[in-house]
Amino acid sequence: MLELQGISAGYGSFQALFDVSLTVQPGEAVAVVGPNGAGKTTLMRVISGLLPARSGTVRMQGRDLSKVAPHRIIAEGIAHVPENRRLFPRMTVEENLKMGAFLRAAREDFPERMEWVFGLFPRLRERRSQIAGTLSGGEQQMCAIGRALMSKPKLLLMDEPSAGLAPVVVLQVFDLVRRIRQEGFTVLIVEQNVQQVLKLADRAYLLEVGAIKMSGHAKELQQHDFVRKAYIGL
Amino acid sequence: MDFFDIYLVEAMLNGVLLGGVLGLLALGLNLIFGVVDVVWIAYAELVMSGMYVVYWLHAFGVPMVLAGLAAMAVVAVMGLAVHQLIIAPILNTPPINQLLATGGLLFFLQNFATVLFSAEFRNTGVSLPSLRLGDISLSYSRIIAFGVAIAGVLGLYWFLKKTFIGAAIRAVAQDRQVMVLMGVDTRKIYLVTSAIGGALAGLAALLLCLQIDVHPFIGLQYGPITFMICVLGGLGNMLGGFLASFIIGQIISIVGFSISQDFAYVVAFLLFILVMFVRPEGILKRRA
Repeated sequence: MLELQGISAGYGSFQALFDVSLTVQPGEAVAVVGPNGAGKTTLMRVISGLLPARSGTVRMQGRDLSKVAPHRIIAEGIAHVPENRRLFPRMTVEENLKMGAFLRAAREDFPERMEWVFGLFPRLRERRSQIAGTLSGGEQQMCAIGRALMSKPKLLLMDEPSAGLAPVVVLQVFDLVRRIRQEGFTVLIVEQNVQQVLKLADRAYLLEVGAIKMSGHAKELQQHDFVRKAYIGL
Repeated sequence: MDFFDIYLVEAMLNGVLLGGVLGLLALGLNLIFGVVDVVWIAYAELVMSGMYVVYWLHAFGVPMVLAGLAAMAVVAVMGLAVHQLIIAPILNTPPINQLLATGGLLFFLQNFATVLFSAEFRNTGVSLPSLRLGDISLSYSRIIAFGVAIAGVLGLYWFLKKTFIGAAIRAVAQDRQVMVLMGVDTRKIYLVTSAIGGALAGLAALLLCLQIDVHPFIGLQYGPITFMICVLGGLGNMLGGFLASFIIGQIISIVGFSISQDFAYVVAFLLFILVMFVRPEGILKRRA
C-alpha cells in the first residue's frame, strides 16, 4: 500500500535520512524503531508531505505523493497522529474529533463517524465535552488517535504514541492500537519503545542515524541479539 | 451631590450602548490577530471606507439596511485584498513588516479618501427619534446600533462554534502547523478570516454612520481606542476584548458626562496604562 524508495531528506545543510526504503502492505502493522535522533519523525513528516524529500519517491497505492500538496495527503487516505498528540488544547474532545473529519467526504457523516470512534473508545464518549487540554496523557493520546480515525484512513501513521506517557498508560495505548488493527486498519508506527511495539507489529525496520540498519518480521527482531542488547536491554 | 442622578444613569446606559459598538470593532481586530497573527493597523480606515460606501449609497437613495449590507460586502473584499496583497507576502517575516505595511495602508486610505471625497464632514442625514424612559432620553440610533452590534457578535459566535469552517478558524489560532494533517489549507482559512474581519468592519461602519459624521480621518478617533481595547482585553482574546469594550464604554460615557468628552479619553487611556503596568497581558490573558 505504502512504498518508500530511496528517500533522502534533511533540514538545511543537515541530512536526516539517507536512502530509506520501506513498504507497508494492506492490513499490516509495521514499526520503525530506533533511538532518539534517528530520523523517525523526519520520516513521518516526509510521508505526510510536511517535509519535501530531496530524492526518492513515496507512493501510496501506486500514486506518487510528491505531486500532492501537503494538506491533500489526508485525502489520499493517510492520517497522521503527530508526536506529542498536538490536540487543539482549548477545544473539546468532540471539537477535536470534528476537526479530524474536516475532509468534505467525512463532514457529511460526521455524527456517525463520531459514534463509531466513541464505540472504539468509550472513555472519549464520557469526556466528549471536556476541554482537550485538561485530559490526562493517555486520554489525549486516545483523542489524537480518534481524531485521525475520523477520516477513516487507509493508512494510519503514528508518531511515537508512547512519548511522554507513564508505563502503565503506554500499555493501554498499545492495546488501543491492537484494537484498531482488529478493525482492519493498516498502521505504520514510529516508536522508541522497541519492546512494546515489537509485540504488536508484524514487521519492523530499525532506523539508526537516518538509515535502515535492519528489517524483518517482528518476532525475528525480538530474538535478534543486537536488537535485544541495544534496545530491549535483555 | 446626589449620587442617584438620573442623568448619570442615562450616561451609564449610553455607555453600555457605546460598549456594544466598540465591542464589534474590537471583535474584528481580535479575530484577525488571533487567527492570522497579524495586526491590521489600518482597521479603522477600513471602517472609514465602509462608512463612505454607506454614505454614498444612501445619498443615492439606497435604504440604510441595504447600504450597510453593501458596505459589509465591499469591506469584506477589501479584507481579502489586504490579506492576499499585503499580508500574505510578508507573513513569515518579522512582525514589524506587517505593522509598517498596514500602517502604509492607513495613510494611503486616509489620503485617497481625501482626494476622492475631500476632508468635509459628511452626515448621512439619518435622524432617528429618542426613546424616553421618564427623564432618560436614549437615541434610537444608539439603541439600534447596540442591538445590531450584539447580533453581529452572537452571529460570529454561532458561526465559530457551529460550522466546520468556524471550528477550523478557531483551531488554526491554537495550532496552525497541525492543521495540514486535517486537510485544512491554512491559506484559505486566513482568507476567510480576513473577509469576515472586513465584513465586521463594514457592519461597524453602518452603525457608526447612524451616529456620527464620516470624514477621511475618522480612523484617528476610533483606531487608537479599538487597539487599546483589544490590548486591554488581551490581544487576540475575543471575550476579553468584549469585556474591555464595555468597561471603556462606561468610562467614556460617565466621564464624558461628568467632566468632558476629551477628558473621558484621557481617563480611559490612563486606566489602560495602569492595567498595562499591573497586568501587561490584558484583563483576560492574550492568546499568543
